[in-house]
Amino acid sequence: MSNSADAAAPYHVTHAGHHEPGFWQKYVFSQDHKIIGVQYAVTSLLFLFFGFCLMMIMRWQLAFPGRPVPLIGSLLGEASAPGGILSPEFYNSLGAMHGTIMVFLGVVPLAVGAFGNYVVPLQIGAPDMAFPKLNMMSYWLYVPGGLIMLASFFAPGGAANSGWTAYPPLSDIATTGQTMWLLGMVFLISSSLLGSVNFITTILQLRAKGLTFMRLPFFVWAQLVTAFLLLLAFPPLEAAGVLQLMDRLAGTSFFLPSGLVVAGQALGVSGGGSPLLWQHLFWFLAHPEVYVLILPALGIVAEIIANNTRKPLFGYRSMVYATIFLGFMSFLVWAHHMFLTGMGTAINTFFQTTTMIISIPSVIILSALFLSLWGGSIRFTTPMLFALGFLPMFGIGGLTGLPLGLSATDIPLHDTYYVIGHFHYVVAPGTILALFAGIYYWFPKVTGRKMNDRLGKMHFWGTIIFMNVVFMPMFIQGLAGVSRRLYDGGAQYAHAAPVLEWNLVMSIGAWMLAVAQIPFVVNFFRSIWKGERVTDGNTWSATTLEWSAAPSPPVAHGNFAVVPTVYRGPYEYSVPGASAGFIPQNVQEKG
Amino acid sequence: MEIPYNVTVRPDTGLYNAKLGIWLFLASEVMLFGALFSSYILLRVAAPEWPMGHTILNVPLATLNTLVLISSSITMVMSWAALKMKKFSAFKMWMGLTFLLGVGFLIIKSFEYGAKFAHHLYPSENTFMAIYFTLTGLHGLHVIGGMIVNGYLWGPGSKMWKTEPERFTNRVEVAGLYWHFVDLVWIFLFPVLYLL
Amino acid sequence: MSDAHTHDAKKHIKIYVIVFVALALLTAVTVMVASLEHSVTLAVSVALFIAVVKGSLVAGYFMHLISERKAIYSLLILTGILFVALLFLPLAALFDQQGVAHVS
Repeated sequence: MSNSADAAAPYHVTHAGHHEPGFWQKYVFSQDHKIIGVQYAVTSLLFLFFGFCLMMIMRWQLAFPGRPVPLIGSLLGEASAPGGILSPEFYNSLGAMHGTIMVFLGVVPLAVGAFGNYVVPLQIGAPDMAFPKLNMMSYWLYVPGGLIMLASFFAPGGAANSGWTAYPPLSDIATTGQTMWLLGMVFLISSSLLGSVNFITTILQLRAKGLTFMRLPFFVWAQLVTAFLLLLAFPPLEAAGVLQLMDRLAGTSFFLPSGLVVAGQALGVSGGGSPLLWQHLFWFLAHPEVYVLILPALGIVAEIIANNTRKPLFGYRSMVYATIFLGFMSFLVWAHHMFLTGMGTAINTFFQTTTMIISIPSVIILSALFLSLWGGSIRFTTPMLFALGFLPMFGIGGLTGLPLGLSATDIPLHDTYYVIGHFHYVVAPGTILALFAGIYYWFPKVTGRKMNDRLGKMHFWGTIIFMNVVFMPMFIQGLAGVSRRLYDGGAQYAHAAPVLEWNLVMSIGAWMLAVAQIPFVVNFFRSIWKGERVTDGNTWSATTLEWSAAPSPPVAHGNFAVVPTVYRGPYEYSVPGASAGFIPQNVQEKG
Repeated sequence: MEIPYNVTVRPDTGLYNAKLGIWLFLASEVMLFGALFSSYILLRVAAPEWPMGHTILNVPLATLNTLVLISSSITMVMSWAALKMKKFSAFKMWMGLTFLLGVGFLIIKSFEYGAKFAHHLYPSENTFMAIYFTLTGLHGLHVIGGMIVNGYLWGPGSKMWKTEPERFTNRVEVAGLYWHFVDLVWIFLFPVLYLL
Repeated sequence: MSDAHTHDAKKHIKIYVIVFVALALLTAVTVMVASLEHSVTLAVSVALFIAVVKGSLVAGYFMHLISERKAIYSLLILTGILFVALLFLPLAALFDQQGVAHVS
């Protein structure tokens, strides 16, 4: 407990009066960031799988509109799928819930809750997060939020079906499922807020001695900026959610304009509200949210590239400044989602300008990652394959965003399949590839065993090929004018006829993508028990503290047998004149 | 296993963990109430007509409530100052007063709301009532939250003074920061809703 | 060490009391000004100006911001910028609205 010796060892493992916690405290309501990280990983992977299944059902309807869904059609219930054929409303709930679940229950909890929680304290040489109890509460707010979302499928009228964007007036008058969506979001936002307070405090306060900001692994920078985005962008959505709940439950008209007529009858509310108000508040969160989706992925890819090229990242400093600038700008671009709402040229110009400006830091980061490959001694490990695959996929996603970010070219593309193609490229062959990379990379740290390489490579090739089969044709359909959120995939519109055949191609691609995940699932579970044991805690010969200073898995309480001190930057690979091929951050002598 | 800088200050940031944590939380709260103020502005500007707050709402009661909250802010900071001066019984008195003033705020609020409901003025009446109830309601929930924390620190939580006085003082400081913020929000809510 | 603390605390207490009195007075001023017949714009400006002064007093002295660290300042400045954006950009969008009868 003495504070005077804090300089060298600010904490130490104390056994005096330490009683062993019971099963519930240890594994269920754990306050250990490593266990919480694993909890987040397992839960989010299950939600990702569920969201994926929702999409596969949708793709049946798109490939074969009006045909009963095979195998499970009868299980969907007569209300949602009479005779096994998806009703339009049910198709819409599948769409709304697919988006909601993938973004809020799948990707972010995995990228931030799992990877962030597990890796950040280790990479900064900390014994845990700054607020372990808060960390536990974050996870246990996420779970009920997710369960409410799942339960909403059983509400009368089904789950939310007004899009993940929940635009009023439709969402205001939608069935009960929408109320459950809003309640679920309140839980998820609260979980996220507690988490972001924890991440920022941890990174600022618990860095090991010698770990200055410019010696932080890029992954930690990415998580730091992400935490700021979550902290400051989510509250307006929480406010908007409260307002929409008031509209739905207390008869207010925050988002309901005067004179609204529903199904031939005037709505008996006071009116005077603004649907655009919801859009402003929603997108104020949802735009920074997309950077929340990508930044941790960029962080993971950066770590893996440095490690597998055996050289420092190119332009580390530029990447850091670009990330900070990106985070700041992300708050000022949101109305590029609203170019078609009747805003005038002045405002459209403002937001289109900020959107073009924000593409600069993205390009800087992506270029730096590409340039990091030059002159590298590349090891094509499974994590590296996924990291390399990420780069061009994110490039396509980013480039296809440009015509959307320019107001004039957005006019024919808004709300078409082009948009769906664009954002899926960044998140699916983008972020999700990076998350897979992270799983293969850090699996040995968490379990002490390696995943199988051959299965990993099968997984990689199947995934990247079929992701492109699913998402590339969307640009074709979008450019032809096929709108998004059409339950028949455009079959009823003449202008969609020439490109309708792509629906079958994309659906087959989606089902093949599912098959391509089998080697991953098999590999994952088999490796937990039968994977090749790592002999050296530093499986990948990496420089960062989670590898060089902690065993695999880390010490249960406190992570490190000896608290590390940091003497150098994060990527000292192939240092000229050094005796070893890499110098970990906590090694003092140059060798 | 101990988390460093829980009580002592980290040299380069000059902060202990909970102080940074609470300011981060307060920043998010600024954005939360900011969104509601933004909604208020948009709804008011776009409305063909909008009542002047003082024609519908009870200004004297709200003025009294403003003074109640301001007083609770000074009693709160005095309770922390008492701990810094190692005067535990003074702390108990000031914190107790803070709690009671919070109770007073809520009682006055319930009179206000009750009067509105008695005149059938519900949130559904018009957007002015809707935003009034939402803004003051959310603020009221924050007051309740703060009172729960303050009550805990006055009661069972105060046992920590005997074993870890510095850590307890920090807790009171952090709770104080939250409480002052709740006062701050009201300082803006009051003129915006009631006087304009 | 405790003496210095006590002395510091006593000085601070004096400041707290002064701030409290100022806050109470400013509240009274706000109410009085608002009750006089003024244009809405003037009423809004005066009331908000006084609110900002009161808020600054609470933040600066009760919340000790006046002697707080750079990390906190930077956080609050960033939050302030985003707060202003959230407050005024949607309003700007509303004023730039096309094809709708102009708002009053």
